[in-house]
Amino acid sequence: MVKTEQQNNTEVKIQVKDLNFFYGDVQALFEITMDIPSRQVTALIGPSGCGKSTFLRTLNRMNDVIDGARTEGKVLIDGKNIYDHGIDIFQLRKRVGMVFQKSNPFPKSIFENVVYGPRIHGVKNRKELSEIVEKTLIRAALWDEVKDRLDKSAMDLSGGQQQRLCIARSLAVEPEILLMDEPASALDPVSTLKIEQLLQVLKQDYTLIIVTHNMQQAARVSDYTGFMHLGQLIEFGKTNQIFTNPREKLTENYISGRFG
Amino acid sequence: MRSAGREKLVGWLIRAATYFIVFVIASIIFNIIYNGTTAISWQFLSTMPRNSGAEGGILPAIVGTLLLVAGTIIVALPLGMATAIYLSEYAKSGRLMRTIRLAIVTLAGVPSIVFGLFGLGLFVIFLRFGASIVSGCLTLACMILPTIIVASEESLRAVPKSLREGSLALGATKWQTIRKNVLPYSVSGMLTGSILGIGRAAGETAPILLTVAAFYLPKLPRSIFDQVMALPYHLYVLATQHPDVVKVRPMQYGTALVLIVLVLGVNLAAILSRIHIRRKYKW
Repeated sequence: MVKTEQQNNTEVKIQVKDLNFFYGDVQALFEITMDIPSRQVTALIGPSGCGKSTFLRTLNRMNDVIDGARTEGKVLIDGKNIYDHGIDIFQLRKRVGMVFQKSNPFPKSIFENVVYGPRIHGVKNRKELSEIVEKTLIRAALWDEVKDRLDKSAMDLSGGQQQRLCIARSLAVEPEILLMDEPASALDPVSTLKIEQLLQVLKQDYTLIIVTHNMQQAARVSDYTGFMHLGQLIEFGKTNQIFTNPREKLTENYISGRFG
Repeated sequence: MRSAGREKLVGWLIRAATYFIVFVIASIIFNIIYNGTTAISWQFLSTMPRNSGAEGGILPAIVGTLLLVAGTIIVALPLGMATAIYLSEYAKSGRLMRTIRLAIVTLAGVPSIVFGLFGLGLFVIFLRFGASIVSGCLTLACMILPTIIVASEESLRAVPKSLREGSLALGATKWQTIRKNVLPYSVSGMLTGSILGIGRAAGETAPILLTVAAFYLPKLPRSIFDQVMALPYHLYVLATQHPDVVKVRPMQYGTALVLIVLVLGVNLAAILSRIHIRRKYKW
Protein backbone atom coordinates (compact mmCIF):
# COMPACT_ATOMS: atom_id res chain seq x y z
CA MET A 1 0.00 0.00 0.00
CA VAL A 2 2.98 2.25 0.36
CA LYS A 3 4.08 1.21 -3.14
CA THR A 4 1.30 2.97 -5.02
CA GLU A 5 2.49 6.37 -4.01
CA GLN A 6 6.10 5.54 -4.68
CA GLN A 7 5.41 4.88 -8.34
CA ASN A 8 5.26 8.63 -8.70
CA ASN A 9 9.01 8.54 -8.30
CA THR A 10 9.40 6.93 -11.69
CA GLU A 11 12.32 8.46 -13.50
CA VAL A 12 11.34 11.34 -15.79
CA LYS A 13 12.53 11.06 -19.38
CA ILE A 14 11.02 14.14 -20.96
CA GLN A 15 10.18 17.38 -19.22
CA VAL A 16 8.00 19.75 -21.18
CA LYS A 17 7.97 23.30 -19.83
CA ASP A 18 5.66 26.10 -20.96
CA LEU A 19 5.58 24.88 -24.52
CA ASN A 20 3.84 27.09 -27.07
CA PHE A 21 3.66 26.27 -30.72
CA PHE A 22 2.56 28.40 -33.68
CA TYR A 23 1.73 27.69 -37.30
CA GLY A 24 2.46 31.16 -38.62
CA ASP A 25 0.11 33.41 -36.64
CA VAL A 26 -2.07 30.60 -35.42
CA GLN A 27 -1.21 29.25 -32.01
CA ALA A 28 -1.70 25.50 -31.86
CA LEU A 29 -0.28 24.61 -28.45
CA PHE A 30 -0.68 26.63 -25.25
CA GLU A 31 1.66 26.50 -22.27
CA ILE A 32 2.03 22.77 -22.13
CA THR A 33 3.91 21.48 -19.11
CA MET A 34 4.27 17.81 -18.33
CA ASP A 35 6.78 15.22 -17.11
CA ILE A 36 6.81 12.10 -19.22
CA PRO A 37 8.08 9.06 -17.33
CA SER A 38 10.82 6.81 -18.62
CA ARG A 39 10.02 3.31 -19.87
CA GLN A 40 6.29 3.68 -19.57
CA VAL A 41 3.53 4.09 -22.11
CA THR A 42 2.11 7.59 -22.12
CA ALA A 43 -1.07 8.07 -24.12
CA LEU A 44 -2.33 11.38 -25.46
CA ILE A 45 -6.05 11.56 -26.05
CA GLY A 46 -8.40 14.31 -27.11
CA PRO A 47 -10.77 15.31 -29.89
CA SER A 48 -9.57 15.86 -33.47
CA GLY A 49 -7.59 19.04 -33.93
CA CYS A 50 -6.73 19.32 -30.24
CA GLY A 51 -3.02 19.39 -30.99
CA LYS A 52 -2.04 15.85 -29.96
CA SER A 53 -0.11 15.15 -33.16
CA THR A 54 1.39 18.64 -33.22
CA PHE A 55 2.58 18.15 -29.67
CA LEU A 56 4.03 14.73 -30.51
CA ARG A 57 5.95 16.28 -33.37
CA THR A 58 7.50 18.92 -31.12
CA LEU A 59 9.25 16.12 -29.23
CA ASN A 60 11.48 15.15 -32.17
CA ARG A 61 11.33 18.55 -33.86
CA MET A 62 9.50 17.19 -36.88
CA ASN A 63 7.55 20.44 -36.93
CA ASP A 64 10.72 22.22 -37.98
CA VAL A 65 10.03 21.03 -41.51
CA ILE A 66 6.88 23.13 -41.76
CA ASP A 67 7.13 26.65 -43.21
CA GLY A 68 6.42 29.31 -40.60
CA ALA A 69 6.41 26.95 -37.64
CA ARG A 70 7.62 28.43 -34.35
CA THR A 71 8.15 26.86 -30.98
CA GLU A 72 8.53 28.57 -27.60
CA GLY A 73 9.36 26.99 -24.28
CA LYS A 74 11.47 24.00 -23.40
CA VAL A 75 11.50 20.30 -24.00
CA LEU A 76 14.16 18.64 -21.87
CA ILE A 77 15.19 15.11 -22.66
CA ASP A 78 17.38 13.70 -19.92
CA GLY A 79 17.66 17.27 -18.66
CA LYS A 80 18.87 18.79 -21.92
CA ASN A 81 16.69 21.22 -23.87
CA ILE A 82 16.23 19.98 -27.45
CA TYR A 83 15.40 23.52 -28.59
CA ASP A 84 18.78 24.91 -27.51
CA HIS A 85 20.99 26.37 -30.19
CA GLY A 86 23.61 23.98 -31.42
CA ILE A 87 21.57 20.89 -30.72
CA ASP A 88 22.19 18.17 -33.32
CA ILE A 89 18.73 17.70 -34.69
CA PHE A 90 19.70 14.54 -36.59
CA GLN A 91 21.08 12.89 -33.45
CA LEU A 92 17.92 14.00 -31.66
CA ARG A 93 15.71 12.25 -34.21
CA LYS A 94 17.87 9.17 -33.93
CA ARG A 95 17.20 9.13 -30.19
CA VAL A 96 13.51 9.96 -30.58
CA GLY A 97 11.98 7.67 -33.16
CA MET A 98 8.60 8.18 -34.76
CA VAL A 99 5.93 5.91 -36.17
CA PHE A 100 3.29 7.57 -38.30
CA GLN A 101 -0.46 7.17 -38.51
CA LYS A 102 -0.36 5.90 -42.05
CA SER A 103 2.33 3.28 -42.33
CA ASN A 104 4.98 4.57 -44.68
CA PRO A 105 7.26 1.74 -45.72
CA PHE A 106 9.77 2.85 -48.32
CA PRO A 107 9.24 1.26 -51.76
CA LYS A 108 12.27 -0.94 -51.21
CA SER A 109 12.82 -4.45 -49.90
CA ILE A 110 12.00 -5.33 -46.30
CA PHE A 111 15.72 -5.60 -45.59
CA GLU A 112 16.47 -2.19 -47.11
CA ASN A 113 13.68 -0.61 -45.09
CA VAL A 114 15.15 -1.75 -41.81
CA VAL A 115 18.76 -0.87 -42.63
CA TYR A 116 17.86 2.57 -44.02
CA GLY A 117 18.46 4.30 -40.69
CA PRO A 118 21.61 2.41 -39.70
CA ARG A 119 23.07 3.09 -43.16
CA ILE A 120 22.35 6.81 -42.78
CA HIS A 121 24.21 6.72 -39.49
CA GLY A 122 27.22 5.05 -41.00
CA VAL A 123 26.83 1.28 -40.52
CA LYS A 124 28.28 -0.34 -43.63
CA ASN A 125 29.25 -3.86 -42.60
CA ARG A 126 26.86 -6.31 -44.24
CA LYS A 127 26.97 -8.79 -41.37
CA GLU A 128 26.26 -6.09 -38.85
CA LEU A 129 23.32 -4.87 -40.94
CA SER A 130 21.92 -8.40 -41.17
CA GLU A 131 22.13 -8.72 -37.40
CA ILE A 132 20.29 -5.44 -36.96
CA VAL A 133 17.57 -6.62 -39.31
CA GLU A 134 17.06 -9.88 -37.46
CA LYS A 135 17.19 -8.28 -34.02
CA THR A 136 14.78 -5.46 -34.77
CA LEU A 137 12.31 -7.57 -36.73
CA ILE A 138 12.20 -10.05 -33.84
CA ARG A 139 11.64 -7.17 -31.45
CA ALA A 140 8.84 -5.79 -33.65
CA ALA A 141 7.23 -9.26 -33.71
CA LEU A 142 7.54 -9.50 -37.48
CA TRP A 143 10.54 -11.79 -37.99
CA ASP A 144 8.67 -15.09 -38.25
CA GLU A 145 6.34 -13.71 -40.89
CA VAL A 146 9.00 -12.21 -43.17
CA LYS A 147 12.31 -13.98 -42.50
CA ASP A 148 12.09 -15.94 -45.76
CA ARG A 149 11.37 -12.93 -47.94
CA LEU A 150 13.55 -10.12 -46.68
CA ASP A 151 14.46 -9.19 -50.24
CA LYS A 152 10.81 -8.80 -51.27
CA SER A 153 9.16 -5.42 -51.53
CA ALA A 154 7.79 -3.98 -48.30
CA MET A 155 4.81 -2.73 -50.27
CA ASP A 156 3.51 -6.30 -50.60
CA LEU A 157 3.08 -6.70 -46.84
CA SER A 158 -0.33 -6.34 -45.20
CA GLY A 159 -1.21 -3.07 -43.46
CA GLY A 160 -0.46 -4.45 -40.00
CA GLN A 161 2.81 -5.95 -41.14
CA GLN A 162 3.78 -2.65 -42.79
CA GLN A 163 3.20 -0.80 -39.54
CA ARG A 164 5.29 -3.31 -37.58
CA LEU A 165 7.97 -2.93 -40.24
CA CYS A 166 7.91 0.82 -39.66
CA ILE A 167 8.31 0.16 -35.94
CA ALA A 168 11.24 -2.14 -36.69
CA ARG A 169 12.73 0.52 -38.94
CA SER A 170 12.54 3.04 -36.10
CA LEU A 171 14.06 0.59 -33.61
CA ALA A 172 16.96 -0.09 -35.95
CA VAL A 173 18.64 3.21 -35.07
CA GLU A 174 18.40 2.34 -31.36
CA PRO A 175 16.19 5.16 -30.13
CA GLU A 176 15.42 5.75 -26.47
CA ILE A 177 12.00 7.18 -27.09
CA LEU A 178 9.38 6.11 -29.60
CA LEU A 179 6.62 8.49 -30.64
CA MET A 180 3.57 6.87 -32.20
CA ASP A 181 0.94 8.91 -33.98
CA GLU A 182 -2.21 6.79 -34.00
CA PRO A 183 -0.21 3.75 -35.07
CA ALA A 184 -3.21 1.43 -35.22
CA SER A 185 -5.96 3.72 -36.46
CA ALA A 186 -5.83 2.33 -39.99
CA LEU A 187 -5.55 -1.32 -38.94
CA ASP A 188 -8.01 -4.15 -38.43
CA PRO A 189 -8.70 -5.41 -34.86
CA VAL A 190 -6.27 -8.33 -35.08
CA SER A 191 -3.41 -6.16 -36.31
CA THR A 192 -4.31 -3.55 -33.69
CA LEU A 193 -4.11 -6.17 -30.96
CA LYS A 194 -0.66 -7.19 -32.18
CA ILE A 195 0.56 -3.61 -32.06
CA GLU A 196 -0.89 -3.16 -28.57
CA GLN A 197 0.82 -6.32 -27.34
CA LEU A 198 4.01 -5.10 -28.91
CA LEU A 199 3.80 -1.84 -26.93
CA GLN A 200 3.79 -3.80 -23.67
CA VAL A 201 7.01 -5.53 -24.67
CA LEU A 202 8.68 -2.42 -26.01
CA LYS A 203 8.04 -0.33 -22.93
CA GLN A 204 10.57 -2.42 -21.05
CA ASP A 205 13.29 -0.82 -23.14
CA TYR A 206 11.81 2.36 -24.54
CA THR A 207 9.84 5.36 -23.45
CA LEU A 208 6.65 5.22 -25.49
CA ILE A 209 4.32 8.06 -26.28
CA ILE A 210 1.23 7.21 -28.25
CA VAL A 211 -1.38 9.50 -29.70
CA THR A 212 -4.72 7.80 -30.04
CA HIS A 213 -8.30 8.57 -30.91
CA ASN A 214 -9.41 5.42 -29.28
CA MET A 215 -10.05 5.84 -25.56
CA GLN A 216 -10.37 2.12 -24.91
CA GLN A 217 -6.98 1.70 -26.49
CA ALA A 218 -5.48 4.38 -24.27
CA ALA A 219 -7.00 2.69 -21.22
CA ARG A 220 -5.68 -0.72 -22.31
CA VAL A 221 -2.13 0.12 -23.24
CA SER A 222 -0.98 3.16 -21.30
CA ASP A 223 0.40 3.79 -17.84
CA TYR A 224 -0.08 7.55 -18.04
CA THR A 225 -2.62 9.55 -20.00
CA GLY A 226 -2.75 13.17 -21.02
CA PHE A 227 -6.03 14.69 -22.15
CA MET A 228 -5.70 17.57 -24.58
CA HIS A 229 -8.32 20.02 -25.72
CA LEU A 230 -7.96 23.04 -28.03
CA GLY A 231 -4.18 23.02 -27.79
CA GLN A 232 -4.07 22.79 -24.04
CA LEU A 233 -3.15 19.91 -21.79
CA ILE A 234 -6.23 19.73 -19.59
CA GLU A 235 -5.19 16.89 -17.39
CA PHE A 236 -2.29 14.52 -17.07
CA GLY A 237 -1.90 11.62 -14.69
CA LYS A 238 -1.94 7.90 -14.21
CA THR A 239 -4.23 6.28 -16.74
CA ASN A 240 -6.18 4.58 -14.01
CA GLN A 241 -6.89 7.86 -12.29
CA ILE A 242 -7.78 9.72 -15.49
CA PHE A 243 -10.31 7.12 -16.51
CA THR A 244 -11.85 6.38 -13.12
CA ASN A 245 -11.53 9.62 -11.26
CA PRO A 246 -10.74 12.58 -13.51
CA ARG A 247 -10.12 15.85 -11.71
CA GLU A 248 -11.40 18.06 -14.52
CA LYS A 249 -14.98 18.27 -15.69
CA LEU A 250 -13.85 18.49 -19.33
CA THR A 251 -11.89 15.24 -19.04
CA GLU A 252 -14.84 13.51 -17.50
CA ASN A 253 -17.14 14.71 -20.26
CA TYR A 254 -14.75 13.51 -22.92
CA ILE A 255 -14.04 10.07 -21.52
CA SER A 256 -17.70 9.49 -20.78
CA GLY A 257 -18.39 10.23 -24.43
CA ARG A 258 -20.30 13.45 -23.99
CA PHE A 259 -18.28 15.15 -26.72
CA GLY A 260 -15.42 14.41 -29.06
CA MET B 1 -36.51 14.15 -77.72
CA ARG B 2 -34.84 17.45 -78.43
CA SER B 3 -32.15 16.87 -75.83
CA ALA B 4 -31.53 13.38 -77.18
CA GLY B 5 -30.98 14.88 -80.64
CA ARG B 6 -28.58 17.43 -79.23
CA GLU B 7 -26.76 14.69 -77.35
CA LYS B 8 -26.24 12.86 -80.60
CA LEU B 9 -25.02 15.96 -82.40
CA VAL B 10 -22.50 16.84 -79.69
CA GLY B 11 -21.23 13.28 -79.60
CA TRP B 12 -20.83 13.32 -83.34
CA LEU B 13 -18.95 16.65 -83.33
CA ILE B 14 -16.56 15.56 -80.62
CA ARG B 15 -15.86 12.32 -82.40
CA ALA B 16 -15.29 14.17 -85.69
CA ALA B 17 -12.76 16.48 -84.03
CA THR B 18 -10.83 13.52 -82.68
CA TYR B 19 -10.90 11.66 -85.99
CA PHE B 20 -9.73 14.80 -87.76
CA ILE B 21 -6.62 15.02 -85.56
CA VAL B 22 -5.81 11.38 -86.12
CA PHE B 23 -6.34 11.89 -89.85
CA VAL B 24 -3.91 14.84 -89.94
CA ILE B 25 -1.19 12.99 -88.05
CA ALA B 26 -1.65 9.82 -90.04
CA SER B 27 -1.49 11.65 -93.37
CA ILE B 28 1.67 13.53 -92.39
CA ILE B 29 3.39 10.35 -91.39
CA PHE B 30 2.07 8.42 -94.38
CA ASN B 31 3.16 11.18 -96.74
CA ILE B 32 6.68 11.26 -95.35
CA ILE B 33 7.07 7.52 -95.26
CA TYR B 34 5.57 7.07 -98.75
CA ASN B 35 7.82 9.68 -100.34
CA GLY B 36 10.82 9.20 -98.07
CA THR B 37 11.48 5.48 -98.25
CA THR B 38 12.55 5.66 -101.89
CA ALA B 39 15.35 8.04 -100.91
CA ILE B 40 16.54 6.01 -97.94
CA SER B 41 19.48 3.76 -98.60
CA TRP B 42 22.64 2.83 -96.77
CA GLN B 43 24.47 5.25 -98.97
CA PHE B 44 22.01 8.05 -98.11
CA LEU B 45 22.60 7.52 -94.42
CA SER B 46 26.35 7.04 -94.48
CA THR B 47 27.90 9.38 -97.03
CA MET B 48 28.59 13.07 -97.42
CA PRO B 49 26.27 15.23 -99.48
CA ARG B 50 27.49 16.19 -102.93
CA ASN B 51 26.55 18.91 -105.34
CA SER B 52 24.99 21.23 -102.71
CA GLY B 53 22.97 18.39 -101.26
CA ALA B 54 21.36 17.39 -104.53
CA GLU B 55 23.18 14.09 -104.46
CA GLY B 56 24.95 11.86 -101.96
CA GLY B 57 23.90 11.39 -98.37
CA ILE B 58 23.10 13.27 -95.21
CA LEU B 59 25.67 11.80 -92.82
CA PRO B 60 26.98 15.14 -91.50
CA ALA B 61 23.43 16.32 -90.77
CA ILE B 62 22.66 13.11 -88.84
CA VAL B 63 25.92 13.35 -86.92
CA GLY B 64 25.35 17.06 -86.32
CA THR B 65 21.87 16.55 -84.90
CA LEU B 66 23.03 13.68 -82.69
CA LEU B 67 25.90 15.80 -81.37
CA LEU B 68 23.60 18.74 -80.70
CA VAL B 69 21.14 16.52 -78.87
CA ALA B 70 23.89 14.93 -76.79
CA GLY B 71 25.43 18.29 -75.90
CA THR B 72 22.05 19.76 -75.05
CA ILE B 73 21.33 16.85 -72.67
CA ILE B 74 24.70 17.30 -70.96
CA VAL B 75 24.01 20.99 -70.35
CA ALA B 76 20.28 21.05 -69.72
CA LEU B 77 19.66 17.89 -67.72
CA PRO B 78 21.82 18.66 -64.67
CA LEU B 79 20.75 22.31 -64.68
CA GLY B 80 17.08 21.51 -65.02
CA MET B 81 17.12 18.72 -62.46
CA ALA B 82 18.99 20.85 -59.94
CA THR B 83 16.46 23.64 -60.42
CA ALA B 84 13.58 21.22 -60.01
CA ILE B 85 15.08 19.80 -56.82
CA TYR B 86 15.50 23.31 -55.48
CA LEU B 87 11.93 24.31 -56.34
CA SER B 88 10.34 21.14 -55.05
CA GLU B 89 12.44 20.43 -51.97
CA TYR B 90 14.14 23.58 -50.75
CA ALA B 91 12.43 26.77 -51.88
CA LYS B 92 9.99 28.28 -49.44
CA SER B 93 6.79 29.57 -50.95
CA GLY B 94 6.80 33.33 -51.26
CA ARG B 95 7.52 36.12 -53.65
CA LEU B 96 10.86 34.73 -54.82
CA MET B 97 9.25 31.39 -55.59
CA ARG B 98 6.45 33.05 -57.55
CA THR B 99 8.97 35.09 -59.53
CA ILE B 100 10.98 31.99 -60.41
CA ARG B 101 7.85 30.16 -61.52
CA LEU B 102 6.76 33.10 -63.63
CA ALA B 103 10.21 33.17 -65.22
CA ILE B 104 9.99 29.49 -66.08
CA VAL B 105 6.53 29.79 -67.59
CA THR B 106 7.62 32.81 -69.58
CA LEU B 107 10.72 31.03 -70.77
CA ALA B 108 8.53 28.18 -72.03
CA GLY B 109 6.49 30.66 -74.07
CA VAL B 110 9.38 32.43 -75.76
CA PRO B 111 9.41 31.75 -79.53
CA SER B 112 12.32 29.60 -80.61
CA ILE B 113 13.71 32.21 -83.02
CA VAL B 114 14.11 34.54 -80.04
CA PHE B 115 16.20 31.87 -78.36
CA GLY B 116 18.23 31.78 -81.55
CA LEU B 117 18.84 35.53 -81.41
CA PHE B 118 19.67 35.32 -77.72
CA GLY B 119 22.18 32.54 -78.41
CA LEU B 120 23.69 34.54 -81.24
CA GLY B 121 24.12 37.56 -79.01
CA LEU B 122 25.36 35.81 -75.89
CA PHE B 123 27.21 32.66 -76.92
CA VAL B 124 28.28 33.34 -80.50
CA ILE B 125 29.27 36.98 -80.23
CA PHE B 126 29.68 38.08 -76.61
CA LEU B 127 31.30 34.91 -75.28
CA ARG B 128 33.08 34.42 -78.62
CA PHE B 129 32.19 30.75 -79.04
CA GLY B 130 31.42 31.58 -82.67
CA ALA B 131 28.85 29.63 -84.66
CA SER B 132 29.67 26.29 -83.09
CA ILE B 133 28.32 23.13 -81.49
CA VAL B 134 28.87 24.74 -78.07
CA SER B 135 26.77 27.77 -78.92
CA GLY B 136 24.05 25.60 -80.45
CA CYS B 137 23.87 23.25 -77.50
CA LEU B 138 23.75 26.07 -74.97
CA THR B 139 20.99 27.80 -76.94
CA LEU B 140 18.94 24.60 -77.27
CA ALA B 141 19.51 23.90 -73.58
CA CYS B 142 18.03 27.30 -72.64
CA MET B 143 15.05 26.49 -74.83
CA ILE B 144 14.24 23.10 -73.32
CA LEU B 145 15.08 23.97 -69.70
CA PRO B 146 11.46 24.82 -68.82
CA THR B 147 10.26 21.45 -70.12
CA ILE B 148 12.88 19.62 -68.06
CA ILE B 149 12.22 21.68 -64.94
CA VAL B 150 8.45 21.23 -65.09
CA ALA B 151 8.66 17.49 -65.81
CA SER B 152 11.26 16.94 -63.09
CA GLU B 153 9.42 18.95 -60.50
CA GLU B 154 6.24 17.06 -61.21
CA SER B 155 7.88 13.70 -60.69
CA LEU B 156 9.56 14.92 -57.50
CA ARG B 157 6.23 16.09 -56.14
CA ALA B 158 4.69 12.74 -57.01
CA VAL B 159 6.81 11.14 -54.28
CA PRO B 160 4.58 11.11 -51.18
CA LYS B 161 5.51 13.45 -48.33
CA SER B 162 5.27 10.52 -45.93
CA LEU B 163 8.42 8.99 -47.44
CA ARG B 164 10.36 12.18 -46.77
CA GLU B 165 9.05 12.37 -43.21
CA GLY B 166 9.83 8.71 -42.60
CA SER B 167 13.41 9.33 -43.61
CA LEU B 168 13.80 12.56 -41.63
CA ALA B 169 12.32 10.89 -38.54
CA LEU B 170 15.17 8.37 -38.65
CA GLY B 171 17.68 11.19 -38.32
CA ALA B 172 18.51 11.58 -42.00
CA THR B 173 19.48 15.03 -43.24
CA LYS B 174 17.49 16.72 -45.95
CA TRP B 175 20.01 15.91 -48.64
CA GLN B 176 20.32 12.28 -47.49
CA THR B 177 16.55 12.06 -47.66
CA ILE B 178 16.42 13.50 -51.16
CA ARG B 179 19.29 11.38 -52.43
CA LYS B 180 18.21 8.08 -50.91
CA ASN B 181 14.46 8.30 -50.59
CA VAL B 182 13.16 10.77 -53.16
CA LEU B 183 15.44 10.82 -56.20
CA PRO B 184 15.54 7.03 -56.71
CA TYR B 185 11.76 7.02 -57.16
CA SER B 186 11.56 10.15 -59.28
CA VAL B 187 14.67 10.09 -61.43
CA SER B 188 13.02 7.93 -64.08
CA GLY B 189 10.07 10.28 -64.32
CA MET B 190 12.49 13.18 -64.52
CA LEU B 191 14.33 11.48 -67.35
CA THR B 192 11.29 10.49 -69.37
CA GLY B 193 9.78 13.94 -69.06
CA SER B 194 13.07 15.44 -70.09
CA ILE B 195 13.41 13.19 -73.11
CA LEU B 196 10.27 14.75 -74.53
CA GLY B 197 11.98 18.12 -74.30
CA ILE B 198 15.06 16.67 -75.90
CA GLY B 199 12.97 15.36 -78.79
CA ARG B 200 11.89 18.92 -79.35
CA ALA B 201 15.51 20.11 -79.32
CA ALA B 202 16.32 17.60 -82.05
CA GLY B 203 13.64 19.01 -84.33
CA GLU B 204 14.03 22.75 -83.82
CA THR B 205 15.44 24.86 -86.63
CA ALA B 206 15.34 28.46 -85.49
CA PRO B 207 17.65 28.27 -82.45
CA ILE B 208 20.38 26.45 -84.37
CA LEU B 209 19.96 28.54 -87.50
CA LEU B 210 21.75 31.47 -85.89
CA THR B 211 24.14 29.63 -83.61
CA VAL B 212 25.55 26.50 -85.21
CA ALA B 213 23.92 25.10 -88.32
CA ALA B 214 25.95 25.12 -91.52
CA PHE B 215 24.23 25.66 -94.85
CA TYR B 216 26.39 23.12 -96.62
CA LEU B 217 29.40 21.51 -94.96
CA PRO B 218 30.20 18.07 -96.35
CA LYS B 219 32.56 16.99 -93.58
CA LEU B 220 32.36 15.92 -89.97
CA PRO B 221 33.21 18.32 -87.12
CA ARG B 222 36.56 17.95 -85.37
CA SER B 223 35.91 19.95 -82.25
CA ILE B 224 33.00 21.38 -80.32
CA PHE B 225 33.88 24.78 -81.72
CA ASP B 226 33.12 23.66 -85.27
CA GLN B 227 29.91 24.29 -87.15
CA VAL B 228 27.82 21.30 -88.14
CA MET B 229 24.95 20.55 -90.44
CA ALA B 230 21.71 19.51 -88.76
CA LEU B 231 18.69 17.59 -90.05
CA PRO B 232 15.97 20.22 -89.58
CA TYR B 233 18.03 23.01 -91.10
CA HIS B 234 19.22 20.77 -93.93
CA LEU B 235 15.60 20.01 -94.67
CA TYR B 236 14.77 23.70 -94.72
CA VAL B 237 17.67 24.42 -97.05
CA LEU B 238 16.75 21.61 -99.45
CA ALA B 239 13.13 22.64 -99.51
CA THR B 240 13.51 26.39 -99.95
CA GLN B 241 17.07 27.48 -100.69
CA HIS B 242 18.21 24.90 -103.17
CA PRO B 243 18.49 26.06 -106.81
CA ASP B 244 16.51 23.05 -107.96
CA VAL B 245 13.89 22.41 -105.29
CA VAL B 246 11.84 19.98 -107.34
CA LYS B 247 14.78 17.79 -108.30
CA VAL B 248 15.91 17.35 -104.72
CA ARG B 249 12.44 16.49 -103.45
CA PRO B 250 13.34 12.84 -102.67
CA MET B 251 16.28 14.10 -100.61
CA GLN B 252 13.90 16.34 -98.66
CA TYR B 253 11.56 13.49 -97.88
CA GLY B 254 14.44 11.21 -96.98
CA THR B 255 15.78 13.80 -94.55
CA ALA B 256 12.32 14.38 -93.09
CA LEU B 257 11.85 10.65 -92.58
CA VAL B 258 15.19 10.29 -90.77
CA LEU B 259 14.36 13.25 -88.55
CA ILE B 260 10.90 12.04 -87.67
CA VAL B 261 12.11 8.51 -86.95
CA LEU B 262 14.75 10.00 -84.68
CA VAL B 263 12.31 12.17 -82.73
CA LEU B 264 9.58 9.53 -82.49
CA GLY B 265 12.22 6.99 -81.47
CA VAL B 266 13.31 9.24 -78.62
CA ASN B 267 9.70 9.69 -77.50
CA LEU B 268 9.02 5.97 -77.74
CA ALA B 269 12.04 5.29 -75.56
CA ALA B 270 10.64 7.75 -73.02
CA ILE B 271 7.25 6.05 -72.97
CA LEU B 272 8.72 2.55 -72.66
CA SER B 273 11.03 3.51 -69.83
CA ARG B 274 8.16 5.17 -68.00
CA ILE B 275 6.09 1.99 -68.22
CA HIS B 276 9.04 -0.04 -67.00
CA ILE B 277 9.72 2.22 -64.02
CA ARG B 278 6.05 2.44 -63.03
CA ARG B 279 6.14 -1.30 -62.58
CA LYS B 280 9.28 -1.16 -60.49
CA TYR B 281 8.17 1.37 -57.88
CA LYS B 282 4.70 1.62 -56.50
CA TRP B 283 3.36 3.15 -53.35
